[in-house]
Amino acid sequence: MASSGIRDQVAIIGMGCTRFGELWDKGADDLLTDAAVEAAESAGMSIHDIDAFWLGTMLSGVCGVSLSRPLKLDYKPVTRVENYCATGSEAFRNACYAVASGAYDIAMAIGVEKLKDTGYSGLTGIRAVGDGTDPGLSSPAAFSFLAPSYANKYGVDRDQLKEVMSRIAFKNHQNGARNPRAQFQKEVSMETITKAPLVAGDLGVFDCSGVSDGAAAAIICRTGDAHRYCENPLYVKALSFVAGPAAGPIDPGYDYTTFEEVVRSAADAYEQAGITEPRAQLAMAEVHDCFTPTELVLMEDLGFAERGTAWKEVLEGTFDRDGDLPVNPDGGLKSFGHPIGASGLRMLFECWLQLRGEAPPERQINTVGPGRTLGLTHNLGGAPGEGVSFVGIVGTELG
Amino acid sequence: MSAGIAAWGTYLPYWRLQRSAIAGVLGSGGGKGTRAVASHDEDTTTLGVEAGRRALAVGPGAGAVQDLILSTPDPAYLDKTSATTVHAALGLGRACGAYDFAGSSRSAVASLLQALAGAGGGAAGSGRTTMAVVSDLRTGLAGSPEERDSGDGAAAFVCAPEGAVAELVGRGAASDEFLDRWRVPGEADSHVWEERFGEELYVPLAREAFAAALKDAGLAEGDIDHAVVTGLHVRAVKAASSGLGVRAGVLAPDLTAAVGNLGAAHAAVGLCDVLERAEPGQVIAVLSLADGADAFVLRATEALAGAQLARAAAGVLSVAEQVAAGRDDLSYATFLTWRGQMRREPPRRPDPERPGAPTVHRSERWKYGFVASRCQVCGFRHMPPTRACLNCHAIDQMQPERLADVPGTVATFTIDHLAFSLSPPVVGVIVDFDGGGRYRCEMTDVRASEISIGDRVAMTFRRVWTAQGVHNYFWKARPAGGPGPDGRAGDAERGD
Repeated sequence: MASSGIRDQVAIIGMGCTRFGELWDKGADDLLTDAAVEAAESAGMSIHDIDAFWLGTMLSGVCGVSLSRPLKLDYKPVTRVENYCATGSEAFRNACYAVASGAYDIAMAIGVEKLKDTGYSGLTGIRAVGDGTDPGLSSPAAFSFLAPSYANKYGVDRDQLKEVMSRIAFKNHQNGARNPRAQFQKEVSMETITKAPLVAGDLGVFDCSGVSDGAAAAIICRTGDAHRYCENPLYVKALSFVAGPAAGPIDPGYDYTTFEEVVRSAADAYEQAGITEPRAQLAMAEVHDCFTPTELVLMEDLGFAERGTAWKEVLEGTFDRDGDLPVNPDGGLKSFGHPIGASGLRMLFECWLQLRGEAPPERQINTVGPGRTLGLTHNLGGAPGEGVSFVGIVGTELG
Repeated sequence: MSAGIAAWGTYLPYWRLQRSAIAGVLGSGGGKGTRAVASHDEDTTTLGVEAGRRALAVGPGAGAVQDLILSTPDPAYLDKTSATTVHAALGLGRACGAYDFAGSSRSAVASLLQALAGAGGGAAGSGRTTMAVVSDLRTGLAGSPEERDSGDGAAAFVCAPEGAVAELVGRGAASDEFLDRWRVPGEADSHVWEERFGEELYVPLAREAFAAALKDAGLAEGDIDHAVVTGLHVRAVKAASSGLGVRAGVLAPDLTAAVGNLGAAHAAVGLCDVLERAEPGQVIAVLSLADGADAFVLRATEALAGAQLARAAAGVLSVAEQVAAGRDDLSYATFLTWRGQMRREPPRRPDPERPGAPTVHRSERWKYGFVASRCQVCGFRHMPPTRACLNCHAIDQMQPERLADVPGTVATFTIDHLAFSLSPPVVGVIVDFDGGGRYRCEMTDVRASEISIGDRVAMTFRRVWTAQGVHNYFWKARPAGGPGPDGRAGDAERGD
């Protein structure tokens, strides 16, 4: 993939993130205001010092006025972007490019979703008027295809794979339990997870991410300006995004054990950032654990584990908060919650805290140090075989 | 070479309700045997499509049909023609007419007589190849004899100016205006008058029509080799049958013990059953009691034996095979739910949106005909059809391919407890089709606990759901080898 990237050209100088959860007393306007104000305060500026905005939301508003109205912005450019569950990362990516291009000095990427007002279980889609031929499977069903396929391909017993899935949920709940901004701040036992009612295929309730309200925001400027606003900015090392041809549902060659979009975007991001050994070089990763088998497969697609071995590494604790490579130390989509438009920026918020040593001591990861200053965020949109993937890499050091 | 019935097909749905299951829940009623039950995703249109597919599997075929008549007392729509749905699903030609004979049971026999008349009409060889599809889905109130004794099913005949397996040699009718069984439009269940009244009226009407048909054919009662006598008035049918004067053993088995009384479709299904056993030269009489009586006499031609063999070779299921293949462990609660007699808590999900009329029309060949596309440059098959090739990226190099009769294999599957369905959970399958192509669709006529990777499946036309007054029809996978057209090895390469 021919992408030269914008390594070290822009930096994050401020961030904000609301609590995620069933926020019955807050609307999308409130969430946007809370996240934008927190981000601006952390950069030591007013929201009116920002030159341009990228608003990510899937179904909580349309057009830039969805942000300019609640913030009462004075005639600033606001672009609303949507890219399914990768929407928040997409807002961030476009804001970074705008600043890197020189078009604006300071930009904000902000994502929001207000999912809990619908009264429905799970996500409701947005789609054009259809011909009625789509099978209408739910998101958990679409992702549940991964589990039996992975088990079959690598000879893992189905019960054992269920244990692996439960172990991922267990880990992410452990992490969320220590995070005051997470939706579910409670540890859940392996037994509870494993025995939960089934939603689709082998996926139980605890294998699914939290349907949630929330917002998160980042403020970006050119690297040369960063220290005017922030002592320890996060430098953007890589931004990669791909949309696949939706081959999975129509290609008999697809086996539901990998996301080709992730493999491609990860390779591109690693090249942009000069990473050759992601597992050793990254200090942490925030990945799109929309369902537990997704996180399992991502460990292989992102190069954190050899093909067919991630399930063992999960059981060995490799990706635990105190493991070799902490994955989703903030609780992930599973426990922190998944307000679509906000999730990509929420992942960056955890990198912002952890890499800069601002996470509370009880949940600070111990992998950050000399030679290990990078964090990865990964966002997936769509379903296995028919989606989009974002991989971003940020770090605290230049070069 | 002669005009007449050139091909036939029947469809009996997979599910059977044991009549004893009714008594098990209600405490009374019920009885012995089973009735055929259309699934929650079937209606008279889809039942008709499945029967039609079987009728077109052998014989003149879809390309030859010039007129289509769909007859049912339970049409999926009023004002809008349902025969056009059947027409589209069967892949009939644009120049082929499509008409409904809807409303009364008696129209079903009329549709077959009309098809025969169309095929044989006018000067020799000038008739139109006409397809008659008859379909019925009968419910009745919980605990009623109607519910217990009825069944669901469909039959189809292709009548052609030549190549007949059975030709019409005589017919007779008798009409009278009286109240026996009726429904005001909008009502789901029939009213029935006190049955001895109907019996008194029906028996003479049946005798008159039968006698007229024999006279028209120049035959006597003793010349009849097979007699099919049907009607929703069970006592009248019994009385009329016993007084026919035909030889012993000529009366065809009435099938009601196993599948129930199929209403408007029963005479047609009974005739198909006879065609699957009859020998060339034999005389077949059909007598139908519905607001009067209709009788017609057919003579099997020399072509019948060949058609029977061709159907067996193509794996087209016979009535007897379908009767034997039914699955009888349907619970009464599920039956009531499917029929809308019991409202159940749905998943906490949005109701489906009705499909858009222009959107549906643009994808008519895919949605109704299950026509995919194959890249002429590299051979990759696309489902749904696309303009750009996934494999070689060629644009607009596609050849349409109908895959409705091509079986496939389950690559993987899931059980979806969250998705909308009248009968959750939804079974989602990824199907790899013989000869290439993959599609993700819903699977039906299967229990969630009984499906495995590698299972063979065939496609079936179903009503997926109804939203805001619009029926959403599309194809689903079902286990191959059960009732339903195709799904056997002999069909693997058809459509390629």
